[in-house]
Amino acid sequence: MEECKFIITDPAGIHARPASILVQTANQFVSNIDIVFRERTANLKSIIGVMALGIPVHAVISIRATGADEESAIKAFSEAISEQKLGDRY
Amino acid sequence: MKVVEGVLASNGITIARAYCLESSSFKISKKQINEHSEEISRFQDAIKQAKLEIDQIKERTEMRLGTEKASIFSAQLLILEDPEFIGEVTDKIKSENVNAEYAANVIADKLVSLFEAIENDYMRERATDIRDVTDRLIAILLHVELPNLDLITDEVIIVAEDLTPSVTAQLDKQYIKGFVTNIGGRTSHTAIMARSMGIPAVVGTKNIMEKVKNNDLLIVDGEEGYVIINPTEEKIKEYHEKKKQFELKSEELKKLINTKTVTADGHSIELSANIGTPEEVQNVLEHGAEGIGLYRTEFLYMNRDQLPNEEEQFAAYKRVLEEMKNKPVVIRTLDIGGDKELPYLHFPKEMNPFLGMRAIRYCLENKTVFRTQLRALLRASKFGNLKIMFPMIATLEELREAKQLLQDERDVLLAEGVLLAESIKIGMMIETPASVAMADHFAKEVDFFSIGTNDLIQYTMAADRMNENISYLYQPFNPAILRSISRVIEAAHNEGIRVGMCGEMAGDNLAIPVLLALGLDEFSMSPSSILPARLQLTKLSREMTNLKKELLHLQTAADVHDYLKDHKLLSC
Repeated sequence: MEECKFIITDPAGIHARPASILVQTANQFVSNIDIVFRERTANLKSIIGVMALGIPVHAVISIRATGADEESAIKAFSEAISEQKLGDRY
Repeated sequence: MKVVEGVLASNGITIARAYCLESSSFKISKKQINEHSEEISRFQDAIKQAKLEIDQIKERTEMRLGTEKASIFSAQLLILEDPEFIGEVTDKIKSENVNAEYAANVIADKLVSLFEAIENDYMRERATDIRDVTDRLIAILLHVELPNLDLITDEVIIVAEDLTPSVTAQLDKQYIKGFVTNIGGRTSHTAIMARSMGIPAVVGTKNIMEKVKNNDLLIVDGEEGYVIINPTEEKIKEYHEKKKQFELKSEELKKLINTKTVTADGHSIELSANIGTPEEVQNVLEHGAEGIGLYRTEFLYMNRDQLPNEEEQFAAYKRVLEEMKNKPVVIRTLDIGGDKELPYLHFPKEMNPFLGMRAIRYCLENKTVFRTQLRALLRASKFGNLKIMFPMIATLEELREAKQLLQDERDVLLAEGVLLAESIKIGMMIETPASVAMADHFAKEVDFFSIGTNDLIQYTMAADRMNENISYLYQPFNPAILRSISRVIEAAHNEGIRVGMCGEMAGDNLAIPVLLALGLDEFSMSPSSILPARLQLTKLSREMTNLKKELLHLQTAADVHDYLKDHKLLSC
C-alpha cells in the first residue's frame, strides 16, 4: 500500500470541482484507492463518497492506493492536487 | 380564453406556446419483477441516456457561460458513474427483485439525507446535485419529460413559480421568448434580468401555474402586464398588430442610438446602463448608452462554488472597460448579502439579512475578499474610463476605510511596477437614510453619488421589498423619497459633484420628469429603457423650478401622482 498526506488549500474545500478532479484521477488506475479524513474512509472512485466527507479548507487528508499501479497512482495525485491548486503535500 | 393580470416586469409582446417549469414530483410505485437482469440493463440504459443529456447541457453551458460554470455538470456525470451509487441500486434490484426506479429512488433518498445532514452549507447544497441527477434518471425510467431550460429548442414562454437568478442567467434568448411567474415584483432579480436581456415578462401573477398547461398558447403583453391564455383568433390578430406597432416604435427609437441626450432647454444629461455581466455590454451599446452607470459585480461571484480569483475578475473588468471604449464605467464593489447569498461563503443565518452583514459591511469584515477585488479593479483601470463605487455606505468611517484600502492596494501595485490609470473617480451609493442625512459631509469625500432607489425606498419606508403583503409601501413617489433625493442632489451640487441614479426609478417614465426637475445629472437604467428615456428627455425642460418646489410640498404619493397628471407630465 502507498500512502500520501495532503493539506487542502482550496478556500471552499473539496467541493464539486476538486472532487471531480480527484475521482477522474482515481478512475485512471486499477488499484483500490481510498481517501481518509478524520478517520472516515471513502472510496476515491465514488464522487458521492468523497463529497459526503465534507472536507473543508485546511483539512489534512490521506490518500491510500493498494494494487498493481499504486505507486504511479499516488504520484498522479500529488501532481493533480498541486497543479489544480487544491492543496499541498503535508 | 383567460386573462391573468400580473406585474409588468419587462416590455414587449410575445406570442408562443407555454413551457411549464414544474418542480418534479414522481409517482414511483414498488413493483416485483421476475427477471432482474432485464431490470438492471434497463437501469444501465437509463444511465447512458442521462449521461447524454447532461453532456449536452454541459456543452451548452460551456459555450454560453464558460468551463468554470459547466464544471458542476462534470460532477453530475461522475455521480452517474459512481460505483457506490450504481452498486447499491444494482444490489437492491437483485436482492429484492424490485423495479429500477424504485431502487434508484430509495438509494437517492438515502444519499440526499446523508448530504443534508452534513454540517457545512456548501456540502449540504450538493444534495441538490444528487437529487437533480437521480430525478433525471428516474424521469427517464418512467418516460416522464423533465423540464430543462437547456434542452429547449423551440420558441416558448416559460411559466414557473419563480426563477432563481442562476436559472435566469441560463435563459437562451433564441428560444425563450418571454416568461411568466407566480411570484416576484418589478425589482426582483428575474424582472431586472428580463429587462436587461430584452425578454418580455410578467411576474407576480400569483396563480399562473394553476391556469396554464404545457403547450397552451400564450400572449405575454409586456406593455400592460397581462397574460392571455389560449386567446381567440381575433385576439391573436389584434396582438400581431400590437406587436407590429411595438416593433415600429422600436424602429423609431433606434434612430436616437447615436445621439446625445439634451433636454428641450439645452441641458446635457448622461444616460447610462446597468449591467450584471460583461456579456451585456454589446446590448448596452446597441441601445445607445453613454456609459455604464452600474456594473453589479456580484454576478461574478454567483453560480459557482468558490470565490473568483484576481485574474478572473481582472479579465471581466478589463473586457467591459475595453468594449466600452473610454465611455465611463461605474463598477460597484461586491454587494452580497441581503437576498443574494453565496453558499460557499457560509453566511451566518440572520434575522434580517437586508439589515445585516451585506455589501461594504461584508467587505470591510473580510478584507482579503475585498482586496482581491480592489486589485483586479485597479489593474483593469488603465484599459478604459473606470469609476469605482462602494455600496451601502452608512458612516463616514466605512467610506474612509474603503478608500484607504483602495489606496493601500494602489500603492502596492505601483510598487510592483504595475501600470494603473492616473486617476480613478471614487463614488458611493446613497441607499441608507444615514447617508442621505449626512450627504453634505459625504459629498466632500467622494467624486460622485449614485442613488440606489430600490434600497433607499425600502430603508426609508422600513418595508421589505420582497414582502408582497406590504408592497403598497414601495412608493417611489412618496414625498419622503423625493425630499431625500432632492436633499442629496443639493448637497452634491454644493460641493460640485454629480449625482446619478441607478435604481429602477431612473428608467421609469413617470419618474423621469420629476428627477430631472430635482436636478439629477445621470440616469442609469436597463439598456432597453435608454432610448425611450432619451426621447422623453429631449421633450422636457430642466428649468421646472416651480415643479420642484411644489412637488416637495405635497403630502402623499397619491398627491404627487395627481400633480403629475394635472401638469400632463404623466403622458410624456
